[in-house]
Amino acid sequence: MISLNDKDIISILDFTKEEILYVLEMSGRMENEDYPDILRGKILANLFFEPSTRTRLSFDAAMKRLGGQVIGFDELGTTSTVKGESLRDSVKIIEGYCDIIVLRHFLEGASRLTADSVGIPVINAGDGASQHPTQTFVDLYTIMKAKGGIENLSIGFLGDLKYGRTAHSLAYALAHFNTDMSFISPPSLRMPKDYIEELAIRNVSYKEVESITEVSNKLDILYCTRIQKERFAEPVEYEKVKGLYKLSKSVMDELKVKDDLKILHPLPRVDEMDESLDATEYAMYFQQAHSGIPVRKALLASILGAIQ
Amino acid sequence: MKKLEVSAIEEGTVIDQIANKSTFKVANILNIQDIEQVVLIGFNLSSKKLGKKGIIKIGGKLLTQEEVNKISLIAPDATVNIIKDSEVVKKFTVDIPDSIEEFMKCFNPNCVSNHQNILSRFHVISKNPIRIRCHYCERHMGVDDIELV
Repeated sequence: MISLNDKDIISILDFTKEEILYVLEMSGRMENEDYPDILRGKILANLFFEPSTRTRLSFDAAMKRLGGQVIGFDELGTTSTVKGESLRDSVKIIEGYCDIIVLRHFLEGASRLTADSVGIPVINAGDGASQHPTQTFVDLYTIMKAKGGIENLSIGFLGDLKYGRTAHSLAYALAHFNTDMSFISPPSLRMPKDYIEELAIRNVSYKEVESITEVSNKLDILYCTRIQKERFAEPVEYEKVKGLYKLSKSVMDELKVKDDLKILHPLPRVDEMDESLDATEYAMYFQQAHSGIPVRKALLASILGAIQ
Repeated sequence: MKKLEVSAIEEGTVIDQIANKSTFKVANILNIQDIEQVVLIGFNLSSKKLGKKGIIKIGGKLLTQEEVNKISLIAPDATVNIIKDSEVVKKFTVDIPDSIEEFMKCFNPNCVSNHQNILSRFHVISKNPIRIRCHYCERHMGVDDIELV
């Protein structure tokens, strides 16, 4: 029997296909039924060493909807880190205050270090340009709801595939489901070699292209990512690519796409998706954002042993 | 009898079939500047297997397991010969370990292991060609990215 009791959620690489499907099934249960008391008496610590509103609030809301409580911080300036305390010391102390840690950090691998250092479960809420596994479960859940399943879909990734951590994690997860992946990006923002290598090891069918027109007619899902200004060392480099790969209703009207194509985006958006898309049948990104709550409820309840 | 390009030693270790460009990195791993006995280094020698190779002969020294592990990462084809009374008494090829701790640095400047006072850790995901995944940031490294410490 599958159980996620006490499991850390650090990288999607740590999950089997069966565990992923289990989380998606539990997410469905959480969306359809209320469990207002199953985490009563439990405390979640939201440790946000890097700013994030959406992810932090969704964990906060998910925990409270299940009857649990939340402590934490969302600003480095208020922590002992500015006094020079190591991350390991900080989390070992905080471990004594709570039942589960949710961590976002600017250093890659900070969540793994935290999980190795404490005895309670740890959830990675994004570390540097590395993974963001809970967003991946949200993305997978949205795809499953939109298409009735994940197997054998054709999925396009558009935009910043170099720094977009949600795209990295999602590609890893989709490798379990016999999907066909197209990576659509300018050469400077291509999917890093590491991820391509992992996909090749798993015999995944993928293609790297510069223009969406090369693959648009076969896509079932188009996963757009924001071109993130804060990931560029040089402002000039950001200016060069920020306006590329813009989607709008008129662009979609001209592209050859399937009628039931769905567009996902982890949000927030900048220039890459025009508001004219919002009212079309393609848009799934607001439903995707709302899926954050049932998915995070499912993860918290499963890890803390409140549901089977 | 075949003429040796690098003279023989009576007692010690011969590391042969070193990838040519890694010869001096291997010499660094072995801290040869601190060795008081004979050390002979050959470089740009012809090799059927590698094209060009390096060889290091060290009098009176046996390698530690950590030294062998380090050598395996930068010279995966290297062979180690233990010499006694001018005879090879043991010969083995270096073997890349499945996991690596401490003696390597992650090449990702934003990896937590380069900012916190912790031991680095890596998982070897492929031995030929060498691909190593950082335990913390999960970035992959090839032979050219390896920085030993």
